[in-house]
Amino acid sequence: METNQLLTYVLFTPLIGAMLLLVFQRENEQEIRVFGLAISIITFILALMIFAKFESLNPGFQFVHKISWISSLNISYHVGVDGLSMLLLLLTTFITPLTLLSSWKSINKKVKEFTFFMLLLEVGMIGVFISLDLFLFYVFWEAMLIPMYFIIGLWGGERRIYATVKFFLFTMFGSLLMLVAIIWLAVSAGGVIGHFTTDLVELYSVGPAAARNFQNWMFLAFTLSFAIKIPLFPLHTWLPDAHVEAPTAGSIILAAILLKMGTYGLLRFCLPLFPDAAITFAPYISVLAIIGIIYGALVAMVQKDMKKLVAYSSVSHLGFVVLGIFAMTQESIQGAVIQMVNHGLSTGALFFLVGVIYERTHTREISEYGGIAKIVPIFSASLLIASLSSIGLPGLNGFIGEFLILLGSFKSPVLNSWGFAVFAASGVIFAAVYLLWMYQRVIFGVVKNPKMEKLTDMNSREMVVFVSLLIFIVWIGVYPSTFLKVSDKSTARVILQVNTPPQQVIIK
Amino acid sequence: MLNDIQEFYSILPFIILGAGILISVLIEMYSSDSERILPWFSIIIFGIMGFYSLFTVGSVSVIMQNMLQTGGIPNIFHFIFNIGAAITCLLSVDYIKKYGVYFGEYYILIQISVLGMMCMAGAKDLFMIFLGLEIMSVSFYALAGLNRKRLNANEASLKYFLLGAFATGFTVYGIALIYGAAHSTSIDNITAQFPLLSGNLLFLAGVLLFFIGFSFKIAAFPFHMWVPDVYQGSATTIAGLFSTGGKAAAFSAIIASLSALFGGSLHTFLPYLAVISVLSMLFGSIVAIAQDNIKRMLAYSSIAHAGYLIIGLASGNHVGIAGVVFYLIAYTFMNLGAFGIVSLIEGNDETNLNINSYAGLYGKSPMLALLFAVFMFALAGIPPFAGFFGKYYIFISAVKSNLTWLAIIGVISSAISVYFYIRIVVLMFFKDSQSEFIVQHSNMGILAVFISFILVILFGIAPGSIINLISSFL
Repeated sequence: METNQLLTYVLFTPLIGAMLLLVFQRENEQEIRVFGLAISIITFILALMIFAKFESLNPGFQFVHKISWISSLNISYHVGVDGLSMLLLLLTTFITPLTLLSSWKSINKKVKEFTFFMLLLEVGMIGVFISLDLFLFYVFWEAMLIPMYFIIGLWGGERRIYATVKFFLFTMFGSLLMLVAIIWLAVSAGGVIGHFTTDLVELYSVGPAAARNFQNWMFLAFTLSFAIKIPLFPLHTWLPDAHVEAPTAGSIILAAILLKMGTYGLLRFCLPLFPDAAITFAPYISVLAIIGIIYGALVAMVQKDMKKLVAYSSVSHLGFVVLGIFAMTQESIQGAVIQMVNHGLSTGALFFLVGVIYERTHTREISEYGGIAKIVPIFSASLLIASLSSIGLPGLNGFIGEFLILLGSFKSPVLNSWGFAVFAASGVIFAAVYLLWMYQRVIFGVVKNPKMEKLTDMNSREMVVFVSLLIFIVWIGVYPSTFLKVSDKSTARVILQVNTPPQQVIIK
Repeated sequence: MLNDIQEFYSILPFIILGAGILISVLIEMYSSDSERILPWFSIIIFGIMGFYSLFTVGSVSVIMQNMLQTGGIPNIFHFIFNIGAAITCLLSVDYIKKYGVYFGEYYILIQISVLGMMCMAGAKDLFMIFLGLEIMSVSFYALAGLNRKRLNANEASLKYFLLGAFATGFTVYGIALIYGAAHSTSIDNITAQFPLLSGNLLFLAGVLLFFIGFSFKIAAFPFHMWVPDVYQGSATTIAGLFSTGGKAAAFSAIIASLSALFGGSLHTFLPYLAVISVLSMLFGSIVAIAQDNIKRMLAYSSIAHAGYLIIGLASGNHVGIAGVVFYLIAYTFMNLGAFGIVSLIEGNDETNLNINSYAGLYGKSPMLALLFAVFMFALAGIPPFAGFFGKYYIFISAVKSNLTWLAIIGVISSAISVYFYIRIVVLMFFKDSQSEFIVQHSNMGILAVFISFILVILFGIAPGSIINLISSFL
């Protein structure tokens, strides 16, 4: 197996798996589940092989594989990973088998289609993280909407159609404007490079040399698309709907990976390609991020539905990530990257646990629960750990990311005000309030609902899923440098790209 | 002598098709089994022609006293017309039994219309364009009203005929004015004189009239009034042919005459093109949302697509023209696929055409629902299907010509159109069936749709070679 083709194997394994799935008989549901799980585990193992050979001291792209695709437009199939995408690639390939495992019982109609769409979704997500050509990136970015649209629409809750159409239209609108920006950038840069190109590595060299006005427009078009995906306040309205209506697996994927595409896009494209514009807009976007942190937390506090509560907590947590990115210091961006992974693990775990209890009781209303600590002790303990990890308790993963982000934004020269860190820090307190309050109402007290008496605790399959997440939750909390050092050099490179002194303007 | 043989080979496609038409007439007259023979005969003729035109695409020659060009871009259009017509015939085998009436003329008229389209694509003379246009249009009028017992088919035919004749009038008047200014109808001649003519008011008026005439044929706003009624009134398979072959033929004639009419520079006509492009895109996309009849919805979507195609023309650069040709290829197959599925779902006597008939289709026929979803996503321009790359290419041409605003309106209109395309997907997959009907089985129809599906995927994933082919002739 050649090293530089490993990424291609990772990308195409789920695709080939999805195609092979088509020959299965619809009735053999168990075989289909096992096959899907096997394919996603193979993908994860391949990703681990990449991780094993990954050189964390190298700030550039590794495992680069480039084949000409559409020669007249210089579009190539160009993939590669650096520290930023390495972690997200691992997260994606790690979460996918867990979601398949988590929906083993809860998805019992159209199993074949479900597994098919999950594998296609994985292809799209991996593609987004490893593409080094804007065209290729856009293809995956958009194509990924289709499986997600079906996952919410086919297996979702009551208002699933409203939720899935809203999700689709919101993201589609943002990304279409990004499409024009990509074309505009490629045409303008083509004037300098000599040929039309969407190759990211080539564009890195000319993007920062664009005139301020040009950069601003480009930056806004790209950021709008990413901000919808993150979602940044006030573009978040699709998220609670999509989360609440999606099946558990959809929610986990949505929270753990899809939202990260937005923040990843900011780091991969907006900052390095349009550094001047990024610095200009950093304070404004940070203000939106902080509004998101506080607003998300306050709204989460008053939710009656557990899933909606976790959904709004995502808005709040992603605000931290955006703040970290736009504070533009080494600490804050490192914090943002690790926080992306953390949010994937913690919120993924929370959605999973909400799904576990929902499968048994078919209600997510917090008021229906109460006093289940004695009935389902393992579940209660798991929910406690997941909540504490999401709150940011020292020793668990969330603390590391939030601490680094706050530290970085406190001394950020770009934001140039400690106010950002102070307001953002209040989000940590609010997180403790809404999560612990929910925990108290669900787990403690007296049993009000007789249905709860018959609850069964987590079974071994669910334990496997949770323990897998738990390992990394604790690992990052106790010894984060395993992961921090992966992205360290790439983060430094992004900061270097942002801080390159203004060059001579060569584009407009 | 060598030249004659050369010319014979170049003209062979026209001879094959002409002979095919005559043989078809004979079959219809003398064979008692013509109902079974004719469709297959037509499909074989179209298939041979489609591949022949692709194999001979490299040998460009001008024949018939500088009237007609074969090879190059015209051959790419010949491929679109013939394969499109072959798919239409394949769909028709079972469909026209359902539609109620069988006429042998059905296939003969399709063959004649394709002959007209081929004349338009290869025209080197404005009269050749006119000749092709009339051959195509007259067979289309007849095809629209083939089912003469049905009121809306009569309405469609009459409406198509009256407005079409009106449009042709514009075109002919335009050609007359151009002749008056240039003293020639040869495209090469006019191109050579273009620097002198470009300021001539008579010439400009002629070009404008010519283009208005074609705006009818490509179904651009505000010359679109006939489109929804004609698509709704005529047989579904025929509506598919109107919206793909007819539109592609009209664009092929515009591209063939582009150098003469615009001399490579569209400055004078840019406002006209930009305005009808914007209006077509927005009008088509917005009005399609309000449609309940699937054929009318596809008709408005076809108007919107005419708008995207005009962006490519308005850009006036080679990328734009290549984009238009590629877009037409992509559009032909995705739209034929969509109309094909509509024709398969359609019951006897034009039932099941309301979009609510599509509710729960996935439960009844998973494969048709999946294929239709792919065509809807492709029409909406979502990667990795062919429609996306077509749009991408056309938007590049707009940005290159400093028409970024046109590209932005293009994507806004795409975003609007996503709504009505995915509404169908919502109905098929997420809603339960409201009406009990059984999808009538048709192997040939499914085969035709499947061919379109393969091509939509293929041109979406690997557009490079076809783009290179088109660009090499520009």
